[in-house]
This record gives sequence, structure tokens and C-alpha cells, in this order.
Amino acid sequence: MRCPHPRGPLSTMVRGSLLRHAELDLDAFTRQADAVPRADLLRDGDVQLALWTLYELHFRGFEDVSDDLEWDPLLLGARGVLECLLERDLRRRTVERVQGALDADGPLAERIFDMVAADDGPRLAAYLHREATAAQVVEFLRERTVFHLKESDPQSLVLARLEGRAKTALAELLYDEFGGGRPERLHASMFADSLVGAGLESSYGAYLDEVSGTTLAVNNAMSLFALHRRLRGAAMGHLAAFEATSSVPSRKIAAGIRRVGLPEVVAAYFDEHVEADAVHEQLAVRTICGTMVEEAPGLEADVFLGVATCLLLDGLAGGELLERWRASGSADGPVEQVAS
Amino acid sequence: MLLRGVSAVRDEHGELHEATRPVVAVCMCGRSQRQPWCDGTHKSVRSTRRD
Repeated sequence: MRCPHPRGPLSTMVRGSLLRHAELDLDAFTRQADAVPRADLLRDGDVQLALWTLYELHFRGFEDVSDDLEWDPLLLGARGVLECLLERDLRRRTVERVQGALDADGPLAERIFDMVAADDGPRLAAYLHREATAAQVVEFLRERTVFHLKESDPQSLVLARLEGRAKTALAELLYDEFGGGRPERLHASMFADSLVGAGLESSYGAYLDEVSGTTLAVNNAMSLFALHRRLRGAAMGHLAAFEATSSVPSRKIAAGIRRVGLPEVVAAYFDEHVEADAVHEQLAVRTICGTMVEEAPGLEADVFLGVATCLLLDGLAGGELLERWRASGSADGPVEQVAS
Repeated sequence: MLLRGVSAVRDEHGELHEATRPVVAVCMCGRSQRQPWCDGTHKSVRSTRRD
């Protein structure tokens, strides 16, 4: 994967610096970042791509970028500017849900499950199950390539930050995600196989230039939480919500894939996740988050931040797809607007 | 219910089901469509009390 094409001034400055065309002007970068309207931050392709690119230095890197730049102080400074904006925005948008969970009674695990159950976000899986065209299912898979081809990598960075029961439980979950000792069961590889089955490119980063700013934000939030010790509660809260919103939707998505006639291998990834994530959600909610907060009660609010962020961002990404699909009409042609 | 380190579980009909992952979730609500494994259906039957 090569350094992605920029989408605006911030990603242009990042790319220029990574390719060593120009040293990053941190003051200019900061002024540019501060000028982005707050309301648009999560969908802004330029902000989110700049941040994603900087995070990716810690994951697969880029063929045309030196690995020496992973800890470059100027680039870290630029990343810090964007992270500050992102974190502030996520906290602002989730404050009510987080406070609601803090004020509610009951064990932490039940309050996390309740937050997930109470989420009234868009029903993307239901649409994929019953209404989506094959082209729409493929489009959904394309947006998901950004995460699933590195599935669980951000979460694996948190392992070193934990101890005791939470550490053992996260290791257990990740061991399954990474194939349980069998490379063919590595979830990222299974997703790659699904992409090939759907006629898509399975190489890492193939669709980076096409995915929405919101899709990049979904991934950036995971990296933000995983790369800061201070945010380990949020990282595991996010994981808990992610797992807890996977099992039943995966069943619907698999059914939708079959309904539109895509090959079995495309559904196989989602079939695996019906059972895998029924296990993982129990581990993540009860054993990881539950024990973390038992041992460090000060992490409770950030665990809820993570849960709420997952629900918020997945909702925004799902809503964006649904809006696009409904606006473009059904596969049979444009929708007639009749006077009522 | 999570089980660790099992190679298989035997259901009430005596049928053996191989465990394909290191930790498995066994259905406790009786409504899973992938018996004996949990598939998340219990979330739609939250009023069901486990014995």
C-alpha cells in the first residue's frame, strides 16, 4: 500500500512530510486543523485521512514511506493536534449516554448491555438482510475493508497495558480473532477471502481513496483509544460494544449475502462471527471491562465513553450508507415522488 | 455460558458437537438457531429467566 492520495490541505501536508518533500509546518497545520467546522469533523475526509495515515505508521506502514518516521516528533505533534480535536468531539457527542450509564443502577456488565440495547441507531444489518441489492452489499463490504483487513490489530495494542484477569481475557479473545493457532482462521484472512468471493480487491488499503470520512473516523477512534494508556478504559468499552453489536447483525448480513446470490465464501466470514462474537461479547463486557473497573473504578466513565463512541460512529457510518442507498432509489429504477 | 478447554460438548440428545474455538459460548436460553452454541438470540428474549 502506498501513501494515500490527499483529500485536502491537512492530508496534503501529512503526505508531503511523509514522502520527505517538505518538513511539516506544525503551526500552519494547527491553524488549518482549527479551521475545520466542529460539526463536520467526523465526516471530514481530509481530517480523518490525515489522522488515519499518521496512525497507519504504527500498523502496516506504506511502501513509499520510511519506517523511521513512525515516531517522528513533528508528525506526532501533528497527530496530537488531530487527536485532541477528535477526542473532544467524541466526548461532547457521547456525554448524555455516558452520564446516563454512570447514573444507572446495576452491575457494569448489565449497564453496558443496556446501553447497547437502547441504541436506536440505523438498522444497517436489517436493510442488508432484506432489501439491499447485490451492488449495495458489495459497497458495504468495500467500506468495511478498512477495518476488517486489520481486524483486532488496534485492540491488540491494549494487551500490554492491562494486567491480571482483564489481560488474560483480552488475550483469549484476540487468540480467537487471530486464528486460534490456525492461519486460515485468522479473521482478517477470512475477510480477504470474502472480498475475493465478492469480486473485490483483497489487498490492504485497496479502497482507501474511496471510503468515506466517517468510515475512517470509525477506525481512527479505535486507534486513538488503543494508542493511549490514558484511554485504555475507552478502548475496552469500545471493544465490548463492538462485540455486543456483532453476533445478531452478522446473522442478518450472512442471510442478505445469500439472498442476493453472492458466493458462500462471502457469507462464511459473517457466519463465523455469529458464534465467535457471541463468545467475545461475554468476554469483553464481563471479564475485560467488568474486571478492569472492579480493579480501577476510575476507568468506569471511559469504559462508557468507549461503548457510546462505538454506537455513535457505527451509527453514523451505517446511516450514511442507508441514506445514500435510499436516495439513489431501488435497483428497479428511480423512485417516483407522488403528491400526498 | 462460557466453556474453556473443551474439545466437544454433548447435547441432551447425546449428539457430540466439536468445539472449533478455544472458548465456546453454550446456549442457555434454548432459542439459539445454532445449538448448542449461543448466537445472540437471548437478547430478543430478555424476559426469559435461566433456571
